[in-house]
Amino acid sequence: MARNPVTWLGSPAFPKAAREALQDTQLRQNLRRATGTIRGRREAAVAEMTDWEMLRVAGEQIKDDVLARLDTLLVELEESVTARGGVVHWARDAEEANRIVLDLCRAEQADEVVKVKSMATAEIGLNEALEAGGVHAIETDLAELIVQLGEDRPSHILVPAIHRNRSEIREIFQRRMGVEVSDEPADLAEAARVYLREKFLTTKVAISGANFAVADTGSIVVLESEGNGRMCLTLPETLITVMGIEKLVPTWQDLEVFLQLLPRSSTAERMNPYTSVWTGVTPGDGPQRFHLVLIDNGRTATLTDSVGRQALRCIRCSACLNVCPVYERTGGKSYGSVYPGPIGAILTPQLVGDLHDPQAASLPFASSLCGACFEVCPVRIDIPSVLTHLRAEVVEAKGRTPESVAMAAAAWMFREASRYEKAQKAGALARFLARDGKITSLPWPGSRWTSSRDVPAPPAESFRAWWRKNRCQE
Amino acid sequence: MPRVINTAAREEILQRIRDAKVPPARPVVRGYNRTGPGGVELFAERVADYRAIVRVVSDVPGALASLEGKRIVAPQGVPEEWLIDGVTWLREPLTIDELDQADGVLTGCAVAIADTGTIVLDGSEGQGRRALTLLPDYHLCVVREEQIAASVPEALQRLESTRPLTFISGPSATSDIELSRVEGVHGPRTLEVLIVS
Ligand code: SF4
Repeated sequence: MARNPVTWLGSPAFPKAAREALQDTQLRQNLRRATGTIRGRREAAVAEMTDWEMLRVAGEQIKDDVLARLDTLLVELEESVTARGGVVHWARDAEEANRIVLDLCRAEQADEVVKVKSMATAEIGLNEALEAGGVHAIETDLAELIVQLGEDRPSHILVPAIHRNRSEIREIFQRRMGVEVSDEPADLAEAARVYLREKFLTTKVAISGANFAVADTGSIVVLESEGNGRMCLTLPETLITVMGIEKLVPTWQDLEVFLQLLPRSSTAERMNPYTSVWTGVTPGDGPQRFHLVLIDNGRTATLTDSVGRQALRCIRCSACLNVCPVYERTGGKSYGSVYPGPIGAILTPQLVGDLHDPQAASLPFASSLCGACFEVCPVRIDIPSVLTHLRAEVVEAKGRTPESVAMAAAAWMFREASRYEKAQKAGALARFLARDGKITSLPWPGSRWTSSRDVPAPPAESFRAWWRKNRCQE
Repeated sequence: MPRVINTAAREEILQRIRDAKVPPARPVVRGYNRTGPGGVELFAERVADYRAIVRVVSDVPGALASLEGKRIVAPQGVPEEWLIDGVTWLREPLTIDELDQADGVLTGCAVAIADTGTIVLDGSEGQGRRALTLLPDYHLCVVREEQIAASVPEALQRLESTRPLTFISGPSATSDIELSRVEGVHGPRTLEVLIVS
């Protein structure tokens, strides 16, 4: 089986990647500033809602119901979409999905397509696959465009270029668009508008993801801010939507929960500027050919894990990234995947589905278990519990190897900001974080561990209990 | 073209789902608010929060003077009395280029949401196909008081799900640069809402 492109080929395991990222002070500054801003705004947007907790509970329950009835709901969605003139494709893995989309582009004789930001297409490495097949995909979301033009990798679910500040973006735009532009966000946005306008007006094929698909009506929902989504969903002749099989909601009414949860959790707005809903094909309005590609790519395997499957409730709001102290310090790219941060730490390894893949297996250790992610998650995914569950699985699969010990130590180090800061001040953090899978030495206070030469690895059954006990002995 | 492609993959995925044997979920408890205070004032305030222009008026034609001398798209089905003299009204059929070069578009809406300051278009009479409200740089949307739903649940209940729907909350914006909000990217950079009360 081909490797799952949800992780980037050649990415080092988390401790090593984090060690490198921690040396990048510019990155840390950019991230601290950006996540600090959005955290405060999200809190205000949520505080306004007296029924927020009830919405979260409903969101959790609706998504659990989706996972419990996924087979029948998918068939229902297929019927609703095809009844309204859409074509439904099924793909077991990334390779199959990419081939389907490439074939569709070729059938339309398109050598260029416009794209709305979509995690599913990033997960399957669609752009690269299309490029290899002679089709150039133009990202039209501002942050995705910054990543694409900068020949960079995304570092955040919602704002893939969050690691870039305005002057870096200015430099990328000047170099790649050949225009003079200031570093004012408004001017940078204007430059993107001008750059993409003609593409929107002339490109015949668009590719999108989906935030939600309503099983009983066949309606697909895309939330966005800039209007690039509306352009892609309205002007081209052919629309190809790529969607993970878990993106369903059973009924039209269920959207009332998610259209409240998602905008406040992700961009901290009462409502995002634009939400588009379409059902199959509407004569005389929008694309007259509509293809829906349903992808598994590790989701059905994730579904078999009774603890881990709750990761499939995720609506990709990115709130958990914004509150995560580990994410804020190491940045998104350290996770080596399009899904970084707390959700990435539990979703990526499950989608990869190989506990012996050292990079994927290191991800559940990329957390301090502080619980902030669960507090903010609009669908109440208990990320800390899934993390400890996956850690136990990794340890069980690997035995007590130098890597698993290093990962456990890394996890311990991130447990508290004060401990982390101290280690960093001592200049020893780089030495501490595993190099070549081995711990060379831990800075104080962790040095007590390595000096004893008996670094405790978590027992399979209860990492948390083990960890609490050890913490008390400090 | 058949309507369902790659049935081998379909069967395999569905079988894997069944094999996962996910137990039935608890019934969904909808304890959240279905309605809210609503009203013109709240709606106006929330629209204005997005830095859209809001005016509460008693009649539409009298409020359109600012359009004089402009080239404005008017979808099929806008009331005749809105089409005041002194404006070049652009009517369908219109090409993409004609829409791109228009100064603005005047529409009604299907529903509005007080709680979130949102207007929803569904492509019916007086709203037109989606491109009409996307390409012109200025969108003037008329909302009648009785079209304002209090909450998101109320609004969804009033909408017909299978029509092409566009929920609009303020002018187009981005937060992609250092997470600071900038109004005006690809969609209309100016949104004006006329509330008829
Ligand atoms: S896990 Fe929860 S908080 Fe994190 S992105 Fe998904 S839905 Fe949002």
